[in-house]
Parts: sequence; structure tokens; C-alpha cells
Amino acid sequence: MEELVSLRGIVKRFPGVVANDNVDFSLRKGEIHALLGENGAGKTTLMNILYGLYRPDSGEIFIEGRRVKIESPRDAIKLGIGMVHQNFKLIPSHTVLENIILGLKEVGLIINYKAIGEKIKQLAESYGWRINPSAYVWQLTAGEKQQVELLKLLYRDAKILILDEPTSVLTPQECKILFQALRRMANEGKGVIFITHKLDEVFAISDRVTVMRRGKVVFLKETSKTNMSELAQYMVGRPVIFTIEKKEVQPSEEVMVIKNLKAFNDKGVLALKGVNLTVMKNEIVGIIGVTGNGQQELVEVISGLRKATEGSILIDGVNIVNNSPEKIIKLGVAFIPPEPLKYGIIPNLTIADNLFMKAYRYKPYSNGVLINWKTIYEKSEELVKAFQIVSPSLSAQARSLSGGNLQRLILARELSGLIGERIPRLIVAAYPTKGLDIGATEFVHKTLIEYSRRGSGILIVSEDVEEALMVCDRVAVMHDGKIVSVFKPGELDIEKIGLMMAGVEIAST
Amino acid sequence: MSVEWIEQVLQLTVQMGTVYLLASLGEIYAERSGVLNLGLEGTMIMGAATSFIFSLAYGHFAAIIMSIIVGALMGFILSILVVDMKLNQVIVGLALTMLGIGLSGFITFPEIRKNLLLRLNPYLPQEILATQQSEKLPEIPIPLLSDIPILGKMFFSHNILVYFSLIASLIMWFILFKTSIGLTIRSVGENPSMADSLGVNVYLVRRVTVILSGAFASLAGAYFFIGFHPFWREEVTAGRGFIALALVILATWNPLRAILGAYLFGGVETFQYRLQLFGLGAQSPYFLAMLPYIVTIITLIIISTESIKKRLGAPASLGIPYSREE
Repeated sequence: MEELVSLRGIVKRFPGVVANDNVDFSLRKGEIHALLGENGAGKTTLMNILYGLYRPDSGEIFIEGRRVKIESPRDAIKLGIGMVHQNFKLIPSHTVLENIILGLKEVGLIINYKAIGEKIKQLAESYGWRINPSAYVWQLTAGEKQQVELLKLLYRDAKILILDEPTSVLTPQECKILFQALRRMANEGKGVIFITHKLDEVFAISDRVTVMRRGKVVFLKETSKTNMSELAQYMVGRPVIFTIEKKEVQPSEEVMVIKNLKAFNDKGVLALKGVNLTVMKNEIVGIIGVTGNGQQELVEVISGLRKATEGSILIDGVNIVNNSPEKIIKLGVAFIPPEPLKYGIIPNLTIADNLFMKAYRYKPYSNGVLINWKTIYEKSEELVKAFQIVSPSLSAQARSLSGGNLQRLILARELSGLIGERIPRLIVAAYPTKGLDIGATEFVHKTLIEYSRRGSGILIVSEDVEEALMVCDRVAVMHDGKIVSVFKPGELDIEKIGLMMAGVEIAST
Repeated sequence: MSVEWIEQVLQLTVQMGTVYLLASLGEIYAERSGVLNLGLEGTMIMGAATSFIFSLAYGHFAAIIMSIIVGALMGFILSILVVDMKLNQVIVGLALTMLGIGLSGFITFPEIRKNLLLRLNPYLPQEILATQQSEKLPEIPIPLLSDIPILGKMFFSHNILVYFSLIASLIMWFILFKTSIGLTIRSVGENPSMADSLGVNVYLVRRVTVILSGAFASLAGAYFFIGFHPFWREEVTAGRGFIALALVILATWNPLRAILGAYLFGGVETFQYRLQLFGLGAQSPYFLAMLPYIVTIITLIIISTESIKKRLGAPASLGIPYSREE
């Protein structure tokens, strides 16, 4: 079969790490090639090299057998390479058409909106999409935005398509539409590179799969000749258990009761439109939904960072709405924020500082004026061991930790009961495993389950449906500022859950 | 109030407004591409000073051409500082304004002005070397159209730069919203990294629009001096560059709306002067003196508040330097 792309011996070093270590990769005509690996394995770096965003330190790139130099995205586009980035590169205040034709020489000086619009419409229809070229991008759903991104490439006649984690913002239905379109493109003789860290997607869509780990290619095979556990093993470097053992504990009392909660988002639009939800002791409740349906606002209201306009949140009978975070923490609420490096820690302070970010004001770590460093360091020692944080030293900057270790640090701070030496009444975890590798994800899941069995009530917000179904005792679907359905894992099939996330179907429960 | 009085007020309204219109047109392009040119006032007064000197030395045509060149040069300096070196646009812009005000102040000294003029043209007679005023641009009434009552005076009895400002508004609106050049400029101001990934040279686009904003601001200064108020004194433009900055926001970055806004501002100012003649209301010099600071604060609030930016429809990357991340 004809080779569209061949990367040979690619090396790319960043300060302190080798992101790509002598990597070989090939893409054939008409194939969908999955590039699998954990976060930080070097997949995106490799593709950014192919797309001209990075220059490799050494190595060769061949496109259709010809050796080429790709210095910028412009060169890549000329060679027929197109990339859909993880975060859409679209301008919300411009129309679909304007987004697609930007930078195209063939358009000429005066834009012929009618003719180009017609062409875009036909192109979209040939892949089964319904897109209005004169619609503004801010009016589109995530799935449609992605279609616009792909149209951008197709309009430029790209024959090598790179998609970086394209399903992370899509509902299961939208994924299906995407997969059908990708298969069609492959059948037309294009080559598709599909970057992912989700194993099921590899089997759903790809013809061949390359696995990367720590900057190296460790595995390459036809997808039909491998299986999930083999891939997972290569990806993580050891066998992975896919199910989690959960001891059955009967939830006994209500820890948190949310009633008719309403709040605005930063843009002044009502983001929570009457949320009702209960979390019991010994129970993990998961909130799933497409990002931007009020999950973030809900977490912020619970943790005291955002004002609610109506409704109540009772924690052990005390209404905490519009209270200060300090008051809420004192009631025994632990908060695990999304994106640890951004919201969870102070990168320039030491690991010990970060561990005691909450407790340093209280006895025995402080006498009210002076901090008792000796006690803090002794206790830190203990926590680092208990939560398996791998760090050079307690006085190292927190920024030196990897993502998984950062999340462990936050778990240690939030859960170990430094204040009052007890386990939290309620744990609110927002996207606790987002961006973590499999090992760290496993640790987070186990820890949360352990605490729920010991008596905490837990609320997890997740964008990963499978994670929620695996870890949670009850799952709530959030759409358009409301909880549209609450069910136990196994009660509904994933198809139906997807429809509810998309707001198409409202559950009859 | 006679018809003549009304005609006069309307004519002055347009003439006054043209200062703001010219300056805001270039600024609209710069801001649409994501760069704030707070040096508008300084560039404008440099344009006024240049037009003063060159109109005395070589006449009106040279005055207009030279002021455009000087303005473009100031835009070029700004573009190096804020586009290439990625310095803070607010600080650099204000510095450029102070530079312009200071530099133009030199020609207020008769000796310096005389030397400068003699160097440009050694054959100038003594009375020109000593004068503080230059000849006004001639009015070119358009035949027939200028005879229409009220409208004729308002739109068709002006000097060449007034007509130019109106035509330029139309052309610049068309380019911005109907052509691929305009789309490129708007996209660079909204999301430079996306434009870059599609092969647009972000730095070049921004440099060109900033130079354009300088040229237009300077032309506005030249118009103000030789076309409207040809008597030189220090700080002759008196903060009008800042009014033009405010106008850009009022016009929501749209050249056609800028015409209406410019005549609104021009009208208010003219009316104020006229009322004074009747002894009504007192034009307060303090208000004009305060304007630069207020406009700067408002602009700062707008470019640093995400929600206000969105509500006004400001370019999403306004005021933010672009650098390719690696």
C-alpha cells in the first residue's frame, strides 16, 4: 500500500525531557491510524512536528515518498497536511464560511459569499453533515464546531488529516457521526491520524495502531490483530485491571441536599437553573454532562467561590449558600479542583507549603502567629508516604511534580483530615482524573472509593462517562443548568445516557 | 435662528467631525487587528506640526504628503515596540503621545521655527518666517449639489480632505467586511494563533494596520491644522486624539458607524462654541484637559475585562501581544 507519511528517527528535546526519542511512524493511503499513549507520551509533540509547529532536533520526514522540510503550518498545508487541534482554533464571532476560507489565496480579493457558501454546503452534505455556512460559530454545538474544523481541512484538499483527541468534547452520538465521516474520508483515499488515550476508540475506528510511551514507539500492529489488554499493557508498561472492586455499603444519612439552586455564570447568563441533588453518607454521586452545562458553576457555588441567586445547599442541615469558603471548609467539605497546576496548588511554593495550605492556620501547626515548621515537616513526611507522592524533597517546588503526583498532593491535603483529624464529611471532586495517566487515575479512584466506604459523601464531576459508571454509586446527568436524570450504573445503556447529555431525551424517571 | 445660522452650524459640525473621523479610521484597522494605538494624540499633533511647517515652506500638497509620511513613521516605531518586541501597548502608546506633544512643542519657539523653515527653503520671505498661521485649504464646493439648501452646505462645500474622509470610510468599510484582506485583519484581531496556523503572517498584518493608523492620525492632525484651524500654539490638538479613541469604541470598530459618531462629536463641540456666542454655557477647558485620562481609563477597562469586551463586540485579542508558543 502507498505510504502517505513516513517519519524516521524523529528526536525532539525540550528542557529536561526528551519528548520524542528516535520515533518512527508511518501512515498509509486510505487508513485510519490510531496513535495511542498516555498524556505526556509524546503523541502531540510528534504530530506538531509533522504539522510544522515544532522543528525536530533530528530525523527525516517523507511525504508520499519525497523527503520534505516542514518549517511552518503553511508548509504543512501546502503538502496537504491538516490538523484539528484539541482546543478548536475557530473564531466564535465570525461565520462558518469566514472561518473556513481564512488565509486561502484562491478566494481572491472580494469574497463571493454565495458561491463559496454553496460549495461548503455541498462539501458538508457529502459527509452527511448539515452546516449553515453563514451561521456564526458561537451558535454551533461542539460536534458542529469540529465539523467546521474538518471542513477547513477538506476545503483545502488535505489528504493527511491529524485529529488530536477529537472525542473529548463530544457526546457518544456526535462521536458516532464523526467516526462515520472519518471512515468515509479514508475510503476516499485520505489518511487519518487519530490521537487518543482511550482504548475503546482505537477498536471503534482504527485500522492500525501505534502505541507511544515516554517518547518512544513501543508497539505497532493491525488493530484487528491485537486486543485491549495487550494495548493497555504497552501503554502503561504493566498489566491494568479494568474493573474496580467496590464494597457494598448502604448509604445511611443525607450529607448534602441541594434544592432549586440557581446561579449566574461569568457572562451574566443563568447557568444553574434549579439544580436538585442529594449526596448520602458512604455514597459516590457522579455528575456527567457535556462541558459547559453548569458543572463548573455548581462546584463553585458548593465551595463558596460563586454566589447563588436562589435555592439552598444544606450540609448536615446547615445552609451554606453564599458562605465564605473558610466556613464551608470548617463544616468538613474537601474540594479537589480541576487542573491541579492551575487551581490546586501554588507552583512556586514548596511541597510542604502546599500540603499545609489549608491547615497552617490551625493548631498544632501554628500557635496563631508563628508556624510550627517542625510539626509540619514531620506530618508532611507521613503524608508523602501515605499518598505515594514521588518527590525529590519536601522543600522542592511543587511545580517540579508530575501531574499524577500533583493530584496525589492535593488528595493528601484535602482528605487526610489535617484540620480536626477526621475524614471529610463531603468531598467535591471536579474532573479529578482529567489529564492523568492510568496509574494515577487508578490511585485517585481507589482513594475516593476508600473514603466513601469509610463514611464520606462524595460528589464527582466528570466528562468521562465510563469513569463515572465505574466509580459512582449513582450518576446524575446535567444538561442546560439542570439535573435531567439520576440513575444507578447499569440501569441505562450508554446510548441513552448520550442522548440525555445532548439534551435530546429527558428521562422519564 | 436663521437658516443661515443652521447651515453654518451644520457645516462646522462636519468640518469638526472630520478630524475625529480621519483619526478613528486608521485606529479601527489597528484595533481590528488586535493592536491598540494609544499614541493617536501624539501622532495627530505631529501631523499638525508637520503640516504647519511644510505648508509654509512648500504649500498644501507637500504638507499633506509629509504629514502622512511622519505619521506612518510613528506607526512604524510603535509597531516595532508592540508587535515585534511585544511591549505593553498602553504604556508604549502613552509614551508615544508624550513624545509627539513634546517634539511638536519645539516649533512654538520662533527661533527654532525660523531655522527649520530656512533649512527647508532658504528663499522664504521674512513675514512667513515669523508667522504663526498658515493658509487654509481652499473649499471646493461641488457644482449644483452645493446649492441644495442645508445639505449643500453640510456635505458639498468643503475642502478636499473632508471629501476624502467620507470616501475613505466607505472604501475601508468595504475592505474590512467584504474582502479577504478584511477577513484576514479581523481574524488576526480575534484569534492570532488560528490565523497563524492557517498560514497568515500575523506580525506583518499588525505592522501594516499600525502604520496605517499612524498615517491616518497624522493626516487628521494635518487636516485639523491646515483645513480647520490654522493658528499654531502648543498642544494645538488639545486631546482630540483621545476623543477619536473613544469614537472607535462608540462606532463599535465599524468605519461607517464612525461617520455618524464623528459628526455627533463634532456637532456637540460646534454647538458648544456657538452657544458661547450667545453668552450661554461656558466651555470648560478643564473638561478637555481631563479627557485623555478618562478615555485611557475607559480603554483600559475595556481591553482588560473579558465580559465587557464581549458585550461591546471588541476584537477578542485587542491589546494582547501575539507570540508563537514553542
